[in-house]
Formats: sequence, structure tokens, C-alpha cells
Amino acid sequence: MVTVKDYGSYATAWCPGCGNFSILEAVKQALVASQLKPHQVLFVSGIGQAAKAPHYMNVNLFDGLHGRSLPVATGAKLANPGLTVIVESGDGCNYGEGGNHFLAAIRRNIDLTLLVHNNQGYGLTKGQASPTSATGFITKAQPKGAAQAPFNPVAVAVAMQASFVARGFSGNEVHLAGLVQQAIAHRGLSLVDILQPCVSFNKVNTFSWYKKRCQEIPADYDPTDWEAAMKVAEKWGETIPLGVIYRNHRPAFEDYFTALKQGPLAGQKVDMKMLREILEEYR
Amino acid sequence: MEKTLNILIGGEAGQGLVTVGEILAKSFVRSGYFLVVTQSYQSRIRGGHNTFALRVSPEEIYAPQEPVDLLVALNDETLTLYQNELSPQGRIVADQGCTLPEENCLKVPYGHLASDKFSNIAALGVVCALLGLDEGLVGGTLEHFFGKKTPGLAEENRRVLEKAFRWASAQSVSFEKLPPSPNPVSRLMIQGNEAIVLGAISAGLKFYSFYPMTPSTSIGLTLARFAEKMGLVVEQAEDEIAAINLALGASFAGAPSMVATSGGGFALMGEGVSLAGMTETPIVIVIAQRPGPATGLPTRTEQGDLNFVLYSGHGEFPRAVFAPGTVREGFTLTRQAFALAEKYQGPVFILTDQFLSDSYRAAELPELETLPPVGLPIQTAPSNQPYQRFALTENGVSTRLLPGWSENLVVAGSDEHTEDGHLTEDLSVRQLMVKKRLKKMEEIRREVVPPEFQGEREPDLLLVSWGSSKGAVWEAAAKMKSAGKRVATLHFSQVWPIIQEQFLGILQEAGQTVCVEGNATGQLAGLIRLETGFEIKKRINRYDGLPITPEFILRELPGTK
Repeated sequence: MVTVKDYGSYATAWCPGCGNFSILEAVKQALVASQLKPHQVLFVSGIGQAAKAPHYMNVNLFDGLHGRSLPVATGAKLANPGLTVIVESGDGCNYGEGGNHFLAAIRRNIDLTLLVHNNQGYGLTKGQASPTSATGFITKAQPKGAAQAPFNPVAVAVAMQASFVARGFSGNEVHLAGLVQQAIAHRGLSLVDILQPCVSFNKVNTFSWYKKRCQEIPADYDPTDWEAAMKVAEKWGETIPLGVIYRNHRPAFEDYFTALKQGPLAGQKVDMKMLREILEEYR
Repeated sequence: MEKTLNILIGGEAGQGLVTVGEILAKSFVRSGYFLVVTQSYQSRIRGGHNTFALRVSPEEIYAPQEPVDLLVALNDETLTLYQNELSPQGRIVADQGCTLPEENCLKVPYGHLASDKFSNIAALGVVCALLGLDEGLVGGTLEHFFGKKTPGLAEENRRVLEKAFRWASAQSVSFEKLPPSPNPVSRLMIQGNEAIVLGAISAGLKFYSFYPMTPSTSIGLTLARFAEKMGLVVEQAEDEIAAINLALGASFAGAPSMVATSGGGFALMGEGVSLAGMTETPIVIVIAQRPGPATGLPTRTEQGDLNFVLYSGHGEFPRAVFAPGTVREGFTLTRQAFALAEKYQGPVFILTDQFLSDSYRAAELPELETLPPVGLPIQTAPSNQPYQRFALTENGVSTRLLPGWSENLVVAGSDEHTEDGHLTEDLSVRQLMVKKRLKKMEEIRREVVPPEFQGEREPDLLLVSWGSSKGAVWEAAAKMKSAGKRVATLHFSQVWPIIQEQFLGILQEAGQTVCVEGNATGQLAGLIRLETGFEIKKRINRYDGLPITPEFILRELPGTK
């Protein structure tokens, strides 16, 4: 029986009141609810305040480069499909620096859970605009306000028919834990975009700003209806929908590889007899 | 090396020139000959001017040759570009419409022998008849090449080949044929890139990710062809950054992994190289060089990225760099690269170039049974003590466990970390970790492949080289030796680290030293000076996109022209 104690409890480097605390708790709750033992789980993170989260849990972890968590996680999953692989990093990491990998991961539909802490700004480097910052968002780097239109990860993922797309809010921890648990259970790429306040550098999108707008999707909503999902995905303003917005059952990418039917790649012997036959082709 | 024949087939892309070249090459190999193939092509799918040069000999040869003994022109441009390179006894095979004098040109009525689509096969038949190759053997090779997929095509090929053979045999042309191979063993016909692939598979490669880039692409294509049979995961990534990070993820999870690219793609991999150094993740990185900077000459050759690879990746961490000089070395050094990467847990490089990557040779590889296994057994330490991925040890190498294979948790990070892998800003730990990583370099230095010295000690002239120019340097030296000169060669197949005790004495005792490199700035000579203080003053550098040949070296050497 796995309990939350198995995942440990550590001092963090986050600001008091940061949304990361409740995300960390929700993720642990989801892992326990999934009855996964710590060694069965591999977290892959990047760079940013969010990317530190897996350091505060007892799990396998590869904390790599800024923006590159998805390819590392994809490689690890393809080497050992038995691992539950979870990518956890921020909006800058996944939607900015790693944007191309975000698109590729959705296209592959590799069985990963992608948890994106989305605070609409860069925390680690002290407050510049991120890909999800609203137009006009004023920072020291964008003193006249951000000129670009924000990136809507949920709408992009639904448009590309990602196989599981959800949005959560750090201020709704129980609901978020449920989403993460469903994302882990889903076979294929599962995106959970997690809205969170940044208490130090985002004075616009505060806890109460989110609290006022975030609304759970009604229970009778059908997330398999793609056209309806596109409409929900585009909603962003006075109300922001939370929940599983879209899902489908595309085959998972790892099923494509015959080699993986024998289990993890590590420890698979070289078939020297077959290699000799191959060499004969060169004669 | 006395009796060799240099055949150059020229034409435009789309004429089936490589097909003819490959079938001819394989027919020679099956007849027991040695060969060195040089492929020169433009960066386009149709048109342009491409050549496929085969130098053939009953004895072992190592380098391409410039003078052409048999020029096979599939279009008029080939005649314009290459007829001046004909050797004194050289002959031309061209379409009957050409205006060249009859005495050294065999004019072929291609229109009568075959339809346009099959005229390359007609050329093959004429050339094979002229060279005295066995018609049955060439026919068999042709069938092997096209397979049994399209029987109609195979029949038509065979018919055209026979007709061309018959026509050519009836012509009265004086062409000195090659002596038969004294020991007609059938060897393998493989290119540099294929040798790297076969070496990697034999060493236990399980994961390969790539983004297509000439001249490295054929590595991925060959691996993709064998993926099902050999149980490999081969994935075309969205870019080179993803390619190296995919491979690092796979390696972290236990799959022996490799990536291949060329200079521009490798530039994108730089941060990943550094990540491999920091997280101590084994990875083999192949760089098939082509002339830069930037896009440069995409389909030509150069040895211009030695410095780039030596200094790639920010920060300080150990690495090893191999540079195969032959196809066989492509196989053996790739195996060594995997062994080293696994043992010392970090990036190991293989530097090849367009010339060697695309160059077919008749090669014999080591017996597969005699090859020792490369990988280390998977370890599962007892889980009652917390596992430390980066435990400080005597030689800097920590026990590497795999995530998910035991209850131990494996933590690796790109930040400076404590022994357990978690990030730290404790500056005393920083110092210990830097020392730990660099200690592995001492171990790597102990396993260096020493430079290969050939010739008598204290020579009047010592030619120094690395990588693919090995054969040209050997043959240039042999020519000078047979002219009575005291010449020796020193060739580096591993270019990092280099150990001065292994070669400095040889450099110091030579009368004159000359460094021969396929780049403009003399990067190996620079490295030798940096590491030993010894300055090789005379340099022969080639940077026109073509491979170094023995003739090029002899032309460039003072007093030989």
C-alpha cells in the first residue's frame, strides 16, 4: 500500500504562497491514488521554478536542460516502456524554449504525462513575459507591455488532437489531483496545463484573479466531442474552464516499435546470428 | 599497389550512375579485387554533375587516385570535365554521337542496345566486357541488387546486359585488363557509414535518433532498415536538439544510444553534449564532416570540425574522439567508442567525413564470435541504503543503476549536484564534483589508441595525419619510398586525448615533419603544438571539398613537382 509518506517531504526553494506547493501536493496525491511505487515513476524536468518540483519527492528523476524535458522523457519511455514517465516543468520551458518538442510529442502521442505549471511569466529569471503572458503584460523586459499574443496551449493541443488535454488550477488541489491521476492512467500524451499564481512577479494574474474565473466543466460535458472541445479550449477571459477538455484513443507511439514488445531495451542481447546474416548481405 | 585501375563514371543525377557504380564495384569485390570508391555529387536530386570513381586492384589499396584509366561518360559534360584527367593509356566509353577521335574512345550505340531507361545498364555491360569481368557474375550481382520485387525489370536488365556484353566483346579495342586476383576471396563491400552502423549494432546499440543531414543520413537509413531484425528503436527527431536529448533519455533508462549528424546539426547538439558530461550519461556521437562554415558545401568532404568537436559543449568534462582512417576502423573504433562511453559514462565522438562515409571498400571485419561483449551487466544494488548516482570514488566512476530496475531511486541533474543527484549550491561539493568528473579523463587517457607509425625511425620526412586521409598519406609515402626516399607516416585514429609519450620522440627525430589535413588551418598540427609544444611547420591542407589523394600530397610537397 503506497502512502503519501513514501514520496517524502522536503524543504523547498520557493516563495511563500507560491502555487507550486499545492501542485506538488496534488501530484503526490495522484501518485498515491494511482498506487505507483516511487521507483516505478520517472520524472523528467527542465529549468525553472516548476522544474524543481520533482526534487522535492522520492522519485527517479532526470532534471535536464531548459525546454528539453519532452525529448529526454520520450527517449526514456522508448527505452523502458514499463516506466511511468512524467514531465513536469513550466510554461517557459514547455511552450517557449521547447515549443517544437511540444508539437512533436503531441504528434507522436507517446505515453507521457505532461504537467505544465503555467503562471504566465518567468519566475526563475525574475519576471519576464512568457509565451502565455497576456498582451500588454508589463515587465522590466517588456516595459511597454508584451506585444505578442499569448499562446493557448490547450487550444493548440486540442486542435492537434492530442489524446488527453486538461486544465487545472493550483487553487483547486483536489480537482487537480484527480486530473493528474486521470492523465497518468491515460495511455498516450496527456497534457495537464496547470494555472498558478506567481506571488513575486505576476501582480496581474493573482490567486484571486484565477479564483474568480476558474470554473469546473459541467459533469455532463463530453470530452470526446472534438468540435465542442475546440470551443471550450478557446474560452479564456471572464471564465476559464477547468477539467478534462478533450480525449481520444489514438494508439500510443511506443506500440509502433517491434523491439519494445520484448520489454525494456536495456539488457536485450545482440542477436549475433542475425547480425551475421545481415553481414552476408554485404558480400 | 603496382597494378591498379581507376574507373570514373560521370553523369547527371537521375541517370542511374550510382546504380551502375555500385553493381560494378560489387562485381569487382565478388571477383576478389580490392577497391576504393570516391563519390562526388551535387546537392540536388536531378541534373547537376556527379561522379562515381572506383579504383580497383588485385592487391590491397587505401586511397583514391586522380588520373583516370577508364572514363565512362553517361553525358557530354563528363567528357568536357574529365577528358583532361585521362592517364596516358586511358580510354573513354561514350555515346556514339560524341566527336572524340576513335583511337582512345569506344563509341557505344546506346540507342540500339537499350531504351533510355536502361542505358545505364548497357554502359555497365560494355564496361564489364571491356574489363574482362565474368558475365554470369555481373548478371548475378545485378539480380542481387534489384532483388526479385519486379521480375519484369530484372529480365529487361539481364537482356540489356547480355546485349551490351555481346556488342562490346565484338569490338576491337586495346584495353589492358587487370590481372586476375591472386586470391579471389569474396570480401564485404561496405561504406564508412555502414561500418559505423555494423560496429554500433555489434556493440549493443539499441537506440538511435537523428535529423537527416548529409553526409550522415545513411547511418539512420541503414539502422532503420535493420531495426526490426536487430531489435532497435530508430527515431527521426523533430530537430538535432531533440535527437541528442532523446538519445540521452534512452541512455539514462539503459539503452546504449547513438546520434549522428554533420557540423551544422552538431552545433545544435552542443548543449546536449554538455548535459551528457554533467549527468555522466553514455552516448556515442558521430559527426560526418562536410565543408563549413554554415551550410558550406553540403555534399563535399572536409576535416574541418576537429576543433569544434574538441571544444563542443560548455564547461569542463571528459571526452574521447575517434577518427577512423579506414572502413574497418569505422567498425572497430565504433565498438571502442561504445565501450568507453559505457565505462566512463559520458560523450564519445566519432569523426568521419563525406569521403570516408560514402567510400565503398572491400573489407573484412573481425569475426563476430571473437568480439568481446561491450556492455556492462545491469546492476541492482541492495535497496536498504539510499543509492547515490554520483558517489565520489577513487577513479571518478560511480556505479550506474537504471531507473525502474530496482527500488533504488536514480536521480541525475544538469545543475551541479550532490552525490545523490539533487541540485546544490554548496561550493565545496562543486569542487569535489569537478574533480570527480575530470578524474575519469585519467582513465580515458590510459586506454588511448596510440598513433600508428609506419616506416623506419629517424626518417628524412615524416607525414602526420588523422582520420580519412590515412590511405592517401600511406600511398604517397610508399611512392616516395619506392623512389628511394626515407619517408615515414604517423597517423592518429584517436585525436583526443593524445598522449605525447606515444609520439613526441617520433616527431622530434624526423628530419622534416609535414602535417596533412583536409582543412585550411591545420587543426591537428595546432592540437599537437598545444599539447606538446612541438610545432609542425610544414602543412599540406586541402579545403576545396575534395578528398586528399596521394597525387595531391606529392604535388604539394616541396621539390616534388
